[in-house]
Amino acid sequence: MSEYGNEQRKGGQSTFSAKTGAQILRGTVHAYGDNVDTDVIIPARYLTTSDPAELAAHCMEDIDREFLKKVKPGDIMVAGENFGCGSSREHAPLAIKAAGISCVIAASFARIFYRNAINIGLAILESPEAARALSDGDEVAVNFESGEIRSVKDGAIWKAQPFPPFIREIIEAGGLVEATKRRLAVRQRDYGAEAYQPATRTKDAL
Amino acid sequence: MNDTAYTEKAMTMTQKILATKAGLKAVEAGQLIEAKLDLVLGNDVTAPPAIGEFEKLSCTRVFDPEKVALVPDHFTPNKDIKTAEQTLKMRQFARAQNVAHYFEVGQMGIEHALLPEQGLVTAGDCIIGADSHTCTYGAVGAFATGVGSTDLACAMATGTTWFKVPSAIRVELSGTPRGWVSGKDVVLHLIGRIGVDGARYKSLEFSGAGVGALHMDERFTIANMAIEAGAKNGMFPVDEHTRTYLAYVGAKEPVVYAADPGAFYDDIVRIDLGAVPLTVSLPHLPSNTRAIEEVEGMPIDQVVIGSCTNGRISDLRVAAQILKGRKVAKGLRCIIFPATQRIYLEALREGLIETFIEAGAVVSTPTCGPCLGGHMGILAKGERAVSTTNRNFVGRMGHTQSEVILAGPAVAAASAVAGKLASPEKVSDAVPDRAWLYRM
Repeated sequence: MSEYGNEQRKGGQSTFSAKTGAQILRGTVHAYGDNVDTDVIIPARYLTTSDPAELAAHCMEDIDREFLKKVKPGDIMVAGENFGCGSSREHAPLAIKAAGISCVIAASFARIFYRNAINIGLAILESPEAARALSDGDEVAVNFESGEIRSVKDGAIWKAQPFPPFIREIIEAGGLVEATKRRLAVRQRDYGAEAYQPATRTKDAL
Repeated sequence: MNDTAYTEKAMTMTQKILATKAGLKAVEAGQLIEAKLDLVLGNDVTAPPAIGEFEKLSCTRVFDPEKVALVPDHFTPNKDIKTAEQTLKMRQFARAQNVAHYFEVGQMGIEHALLPEQGLVTAGDCIIGADSHTCTYGAVGAFATGVGSTDLACAMATGTTWFKVPSAIRVELSGTPRGWVSGKDVVLHLIGRIGVDGARYKSLEFSGAGVGALHMDERFTIANMAIEAGAKNGMFPVDEHTRTYLAYVGAKEPVVYAADPGAFYDDIVRIDLGAVPLTVSLPHLPSNTRAIEEVEGMPIDQVVIGSCTNGRISDLRVAAQILKGRKVAKGLRCIIFPATQRIYLEALREGLIETFIEAGAVVSTPTCGPCLGGHMGILAKGERAVSTTNRNFVGRMGHTQSEVILAGPAVAAASAVAGKLASPEKVSDAVPDRAWLYRM
């Protein structure tokens, strides 16, 4: 795993970033406070569907009735501590992504939300400093590879921990489903009939 | 990965289970592993999207039909056409894949009460469920954590998932709960002390002499709400209570892990169970706790007793002991929902259901319904409920301007009688007999 660490120190010039290109996300900030929970991101009364567009139509409505009117594709959501706490509903990151948000920057994330966001391909970054400094309406540019968050207005820069290698692998594949699909195909090729036996060795685990 | 480097490291109970399931001698906090799973779980909200993702994998069958559990419990019996169609999707998948543990309405219960009762979880297991309260099974000494639908889809295909090994907070328990105080008060008290993100990404590892004073139903309640402190999982050591329970429900042979002496903990929280007061969480966070004495008398419109947190037989016994010979206050609705059919039947045979109906409470089929504002007890604007459930977020049980106060079954039942937030000590002079209430 150390080779990834070295690549990071060299400034993200890894084969990985070469493959995907440094992704710069740029948009207007929609700012929220601490402990934004999944019940306000997408209220349970709308969980009768998992259609992203339908979910997006109710995203954040319980704490911000204006959100859907204001949000533009590529915008960035900024929040305080423990963003996405509460239920395990994947509908929450799905709703945010489908509403057009390109990246969520928070001081910290609730762990299941963190996991779900990665698995469905919603970019997220943890930066307490950026979360504190940014407010509604600010323009920011986010370098997803390096974890650099830059305020367009005054050029202030905050550094979030860039994604660790295993998460980049999932993102590189386009989400956990695609990553798993690839693995299953490899296993099918290598092990044939035993393809669906769970891996017992960690060699091919990550 | 070079695992020999870790052999000298002392591990927590969670870390030891994860190491075994990853086929490693040892793991340490922050390490990324892939672990084999003993059970994967989904429900009628989270399984339908997982099934959609599963199909995208071009995978024709689940890794092991004996290790998949699908429980329609959130919006069942189905409340409308949309939820009926979601459940249908899950039902058809379960049939096509020969899923061994699919529970149709009539057999089903709230998943986290149902699975342990059916003997499907045991000590040493590694379990994921696409439901945040999957952490409940830590009560029997299993590693269990909530994940999303995509995780569920991939786990159903491969029987494995990735984890970042958590660090831990040790919760050292001493003493014995007093009076009507139960596991719910203990976990609300804990969340009040460490906050809704106090254990974020970590495991909450319970230990100390006080563990033995907590009955299994109380441990389920406490482990269930580990997520409300942000934890990845809650973990109880395996003792005689656990072994008796696992034998009683006919679970697989437990594999017992204990934390190594010298295991590292980020923090230690000490709780004297004898000093924990009857505790409630005011709106809108589980960490907004108060001792009941501080907030008695708050007006309420509804009382809900049940859920994966407090819908077990001992919870119903507590409620019945307080409601026996008394009436639900005029103008207030009291909804009681046993967590599983077995619990429902037991309550019926013990005469608890009769007590509830005579008191003027309504008894519902097992469902998650009211807890998440799904159905069977939604709050209108401006209404307030006292509920034995696990979350009191904005709009959780209905209108965004409704409120939920979290409590244990004793405070909830007493509040139903008093017509306002009340202490059981003010309503009943009975002396609770813990051994009787928590008998198996």
